[in-house]
Amino acid sequence: MLTNKRLILAHFWLAFIVFGLALVLGAWQMFVRSPLNTWHFNPEFYYRSVTAHGSAMGYVFPTLIAMGFGYAITEASLEKPLVGRRWAWVGFFLVAIGAVVAMIPVSLGRASVLYTFYPPMIGNPFYYIGVVMVVVGSWIWVALMSINFTIWKRENPGKPVPLAMFANVAGSYLWAWTAVGAALEILFQILPVALGLRSTIDAGLARVFFSWTLHAIVYFWLIPTYIAYYTIFPRAIGGRIYSDAMARIAFILFVVVAMPIGVHHLFADPQVGAGFKFMHSVFTGLVALPTLLTVFTICASAEIASRLCGGRGAFGWIRALPWSNPIMLATALSLVMLGFGGAGGLINMSYQLNTSVHNTQWVTGHFHLIFGGAIVIMYFAIAYDLWPHLTGRASEGFGLMRTQLWLWFIGMIVTTFPWHYVGILGMPRRMAFYDYANPVISPEAFSVVMSAIGGFILLISGTLFLLVLIRGQFSTKGEAGAYRFAIALHMPERIPVALNSFGLWLALMVGLTVVNYGFPIAQLMALSETNVPAVYVGASR
Amino acid sequence: MATETDHGPGEAVAARIERRWATLSIVIVALLVGMAAVIGIHRATMPQARVETADPKTLHLSGEFIESNLGSAVEPDGSVTVRAIGQQYSFTPQCIVVPAETPITIRATSADVVHGFLIEGTNINTMLVPGYVSDLPVRFSAPGEHVMPCQEFCGIGHQGMWGKVKVVDRTAFLNMTAAKRRLTCAD
Ligand code: HEM
Ligand SMILES: [Cu+2]
Ligand SMILES: [Cu+2]
Repeated sequence: MLTNKRLILAHFWLAFIVFGLALVLGAWQMFVRSPLNTWHFNPEFYYRSVTAHGSAMGYVFPTLIAMGFGYAITEASLEKPLVGRRWAWVGFFLVAIGAVVAMIPVSLGRASVLYTFYPPMIGNPFYYIGVVMVVVGSWIWVALMSINFTIWKRENPGKPVPLAMFANVAGSYLWAWTAVGAALEILFQILPVALGLRSTIDAGLARVFFSWTLHAIVYFWLIPTYIAYYTIFPRAIGGRIYSDAMARIAFILFVVVAMPIGVHHLFADPQVGAGFKFMHSVFTGLVALPTLLTVFTICASAEIASRLCGGRGAFGWIRALPWSNPIMLATALSLVMLGFGGAGGLINMSYQLNTSVHNTQWVTGHFHLIFGGAIVIMYFAIAYDLWPHLTGRASEGFGLMRTQLWLWFIGMIVTTFPWHYVGILGMPRRMAFYDYANPVISPEAFSVVMSAIGGFILLISGTLFLLVLIRGQFSTKGEAGAYRFAIALHMPERIPVALNSFGLWLALMVGLTVVNYGFPIAQLMALSETNVPAVYVGASR
Repeated sequence: MATETDHGPGEAVAARIERRWATLSIVIVALLVGMAAVIGIHRATMPQARVETADPKTLHLSGEFIESNLGSAVEPDGSVTVRAIGQQYSFTPQCIVVPAETPITIRATSADVVHGFLIEGTNINTMLVPGYVSDLPVRFSAPGEHVMPCQEFCGIGHQGMWGKVKVVDRTAFLNMTAAKRRLTCAD
């Protein structure tokens, strides 16, 4: 039963409003840096825009989705009202106010440092303070998830925690610990300098701290999507989850191995030695495991659903799937994008191949395909699925939903494939302007135009999405009934303690992070000559 | 939909298929990681082994990155060392000249913020982090020209930070070194 509907709706609405605004910026960025733009413009606006787009899409939007979806999962799967409703609103307002506090200096051009911060460039302190408020707001959510999980277990001794809640709590713990890297960087390194208390900073150490956050944050973005794969998709198409235990193992693997691998973002950096780069590269391989397991379970679950309603043959069952159902469509399109994106990810993870694409447009193409494509399309699906339960109104316009999802998929492919390609040609990322008249750069012009066209398709799709949600607020009243998650084909009666609790896994998560990050961080902290003068950006100084 | 579950042979089959897939997944991952390890060790394509530092406040005063020491130099063993720095929004030297078919060591750092160092059309790609020295062994197979953009956002002039690399014939390069100790192609 969803009792705190307003709380959940507030999270989703704010998330999607932020998404809509940032989407406009993204499309504008694509356009101005393409050959389609023949006007001169101030390149500084481009970096303001990328800072705003990146911070909104990377920090605010997925965090609000995880929070709102997390509250919905708590109430629906544990079948009782959320404990700590007031605190949840406090968290929500911290995120909302933090986002505004951060965006004011960005829009004034006082913090054009991009969402990765990279000192010694230092922006206005309010940008960082705003980001910290967003994170603190989300930590309240983490605490609430943990509290609700613990209370339910105490009330239901020996019973398996519902899979959706187990995965949701796994995601919240993962986020709590991965955010620590950037939090240490901001609180102990950047803010003292931004506030003028100190004037030097170790840029190498800052990059190491940030890498601790930067990798696992992508799994935080991913977890709502995986929860939807496992617990919404099979139910929506009338099937069962192939295996409950394997699903739990997949989420546990994310918690354990997502963190101690972030140095793969620093393969080309001089401040970390080869040994630790190798260690992190090996662990990066391991993190492919939960995704491989997931792909199997989801495809098998789809097959079960199809055969339950008459699908037959080795491949014939695929035709018999309920393709007109938007959740079916979204999941299939998401898996296709995940497949392409995963292939690209295998290239990034090898430090030999990585050198040919590091920091080129390949990287931005890659994460737009995975994050903007595979992950966000399932955020749409989650909203479509939950909406009637939240608004108390009937779900109408499946056709419009399908059009929207197809447009998002097509837009993503048209945007990101050429984006990868120019990266292979060596086109550097994050530039406001390229001289397409230069014969070295001119071969990239056509591909960049394609990407820009894809961007407009995405903008149309995003607009349609918001229209469907608005329409859902005003359609005819209708009780959607209790919100349910998929159940497993073979529901376990008992479950090993290890698959029903987190103590061991959290110890491993923290332990492995300390092993894989402890030495590089200690080594850099011991170096004093690497504190370099801060370079303040913006007009304020 | 029925909610009772059957614990018959179906469940055993399901578990067996799932175990096979999990094993296959582990094998795939082990293979990929093993490949990276073997190539890394055999082909010596490991990243820089040690962490070296250079203070950006005194780069221009002393040490290997003083202005007169930047550019390409021939070492006694016949290899070539290129020293370069990045700063907002250019490289010094802005045009690097190197011989083809010769082992080259690039040593570079930043004088202010984080920059990137990417030579298009090659696999040469590293970060320049102020305070630290990037050291990488490279080799160019044929003469030609490459552009060398900064690939990390370094401030509002980032889009204008493009250097050049000119790869020349080895003998031509050696002739040039007869006249000058440190070579560049920036005039
Ligand atoms: C849901 C969708 C999206 C997400 C989650 C997302 C996320 C991000 C993030 C985190 C960045 C920062 C990257 C960086 O600083 O290098 C970024 C940059 C960018 N995004 Fe998006 N984005 C999305 C959609 C779009 C769309 C639809 C477009 C346009 C068509 C777009 C165009 C861009 C561009 C041009 C950049 C700057 C890349 C560069 O200069 O290298 N994004 N995006
Ligand atoms: Cu990563
Ligand atoms: Cu730059």
